[in-house]
Amino acid sequence: MTLIALNPISVSASVLLPAILVLPVAGVLLGFVLGGRRTVLTALIVAPIGVALAAAIVFAVWRDNQALVYVIGGWSPPLGVALRADGFSAAMLATTAAVISATGWFALGSFGQAVGASETRVTFAFWTLLLAVWAALNGVFLGWDLFNLYVSLEMLTFAAVPLVCLDGRATTLIAALRYLLFALFGSALYLLGATLLYGAYGALDIGLLSSRIRPEPAAWIALAAMTAGLLAKTALFPLHLWLPPAHAGAPPPASAMLSALVVKASFFLIVRLWLNLAPAQMTAEIAPILGAMGAGAIIVGSALALRQARLKLLVAYSTVAQIGYLFMIFPLVAGGRAEANSAWVGGALQAVSHAFAKAAMFLSAGLIAQALGHDRIAEFRGLGRIAAPAVLAFGLGGVSLMGLPPSGGFVAKWLLLTAAIQSGQWAWAIIMVVGGLLAAGYVYRVIAPALTPAREMPHAASASVSSGAALALALALLAVLLGFAPPDLARLLLVGAPAAKMEAPR
Amino acid sequence: MNAITLAGLGGAALVGLGLYGLVTHPHLLRKIIAFNVMGGGVFLLFGAIARRGAVAGTGADPVPHALVITGIVVAFSATALAVALLLRVFRDTQSPFFPADPPRDPSDRSGAI
Repeated sequence: MTLIALNPISVSASVLLPAILVLPVAGVLLGFVLGGRRTVLTALIVAPIGVALAAAIVFAVWRDNQALVYVIGGWSPPLGVALRADGFSAAMLATTAAVISATGWFALGSFGQAVGASETRVTFAFWTLLLAVWAALNGVFLGWDLFNLYVSLEMLTFAAVPLVCLDGRATTLIAALRYLLFALFGSALYLLGATLLYGAYGALDIGLLSSRIRPEPAAWIALAAMTAGLLAKTALFPLHLWLPPAHAGAPPPASAMLSALVVKASFFLIVRLWLNLAPAQMTAEIAPILGAMGAGAIIVGSALALRQARLKLLVAYSTVAQIGYLFMIFPLVAGGRAEANSAWVGGALQAVSHAFAKAAMFLSAGLIAQALGHDRIAEFRGLGRIAAPAVLAFGLGGVSLMGLPPSGGFVAKWLLLTAAIQSGQWAWAIIMVVGGLLAAGYVYRVIAPALTPAREMPHAASASVSSGAALALALALLAVLLGFAPPDLARLLLVGAPAAKMEAPR
Repeated sequence: MNAITLAGLGGAALVGLGLYGLVTHPHLLRKIIAFNVMGGGVFLLFGAIARRGAVAGTGADPVPHALVITGIVVAFSATALAVALLLRVFRDTQSPFFPADPPRDPSDRSGAI
């Protein structure tokens, strides 16, 4: 197996992998040791180091053009546990670092700790949970061992669920409990599948398992259970019921993290299971089912987003729809041969650009709610006058979600669309185009009244939203600028890509 | 049918019962207990696999045992979190069930920050 054969360059660079895993965990522990008052400072120190580490990992993967592997303690699998960062992992690590830092910075406004003020539990909880979510996400993106991934996934659940109910209102507590029950259902099924795979093949390492697994009932049952569980966690239609109340009820910085990053972790694991682990013929059989569920998510999620009266619920339902696009990569990567690579890059780019766009939209939804004192779309007339930067950030995020050029969402959807057309899978192409039109519809529903002058200006509840708006704008601009990304980004995303493996089996 | 097969089948039955309970019971405490039944089934399967995977000279494969211990800790933490949330929900709403529908009252100010 090439995983374990390391060249000297990547040995030195691969130390970055445990470093980025340890850093946020150390931040959490330090937060507990130093007490609530200094958690803000801890998070602010950890964030730039994390961004630098993620950038270094991206650079190392890009330079070596191969996945970084770190074997913990020098014990190679099956005895030990390996960490591995391929192109997609590196991109997700960098996205996570950027979004977490931006939302953390944004949260200084609402969860900041004034000097001399007495510490509050909510502040302490928010900043430790922020770092815990980051640590868990890094664990998921780097994990190469099914049980290790289970622990990371559970850590993510335990960090994400309390973020939903930080304000302690009954509605958000109920949303958090609903989310937790879906997540527990998912993790129990995931663990069941991992158990069955260990029982059948005697390994938990994805690399070892992929060389042993065969299309037989044990593998089918195990992978089906794991996939069903992960679909519940990633809120793919029709298992999306928990997502809108949870993501709409959380405070804006928490919603941004949950929608931009947390749902991607379980999607990432489904990609690992079907494109890295399962034999190609099993993937080919399951791919149309996953694609059909994704298509259902695009149509139903967009239609529901169009009908929402409240802005945050609209943005949350749009997440349900955009998750559907991610699942297009299964039929497109498994179906075509020549188109597999462009479908893979498109899917990965959709995950990254959606993260930036959705974080920007949730942050601007928070700013709009702060400016108006409510987020009822029907009363948005004149909003463009009092919260122009927030409306602009929302619109730019919307441009990427609709897939208008020149944005990251456009490139992602263009790649997926061309892959669908070239491989003759017209149905997926039609669904994606219709989904883009529906997205245009729900973004227009918000922007149009906001830019209409009101007869009497709405009462501005708060005027000091400038620094937060700058951050939301920066995230939205990142989503748009991805559309100008050089071809090197595609090369990075293709490092260790399953599509490449399928094209030229070695 | 030997003991290992019996344990495996028992584990499978527990997973099925737990899954059924988690989906069908409206009472939230029952849902949490059903999740634990499901987890118990998975852990029993781990035990059966450990015994089946034993190599000559050892009683059982140690890897599933190590995993089960971690799994139990995780399931315990999950249960604690779920029960704590349920207690808060019950304190605020006096009901151990999910409300039938989210409030659609136009005067609902929950959109306000």
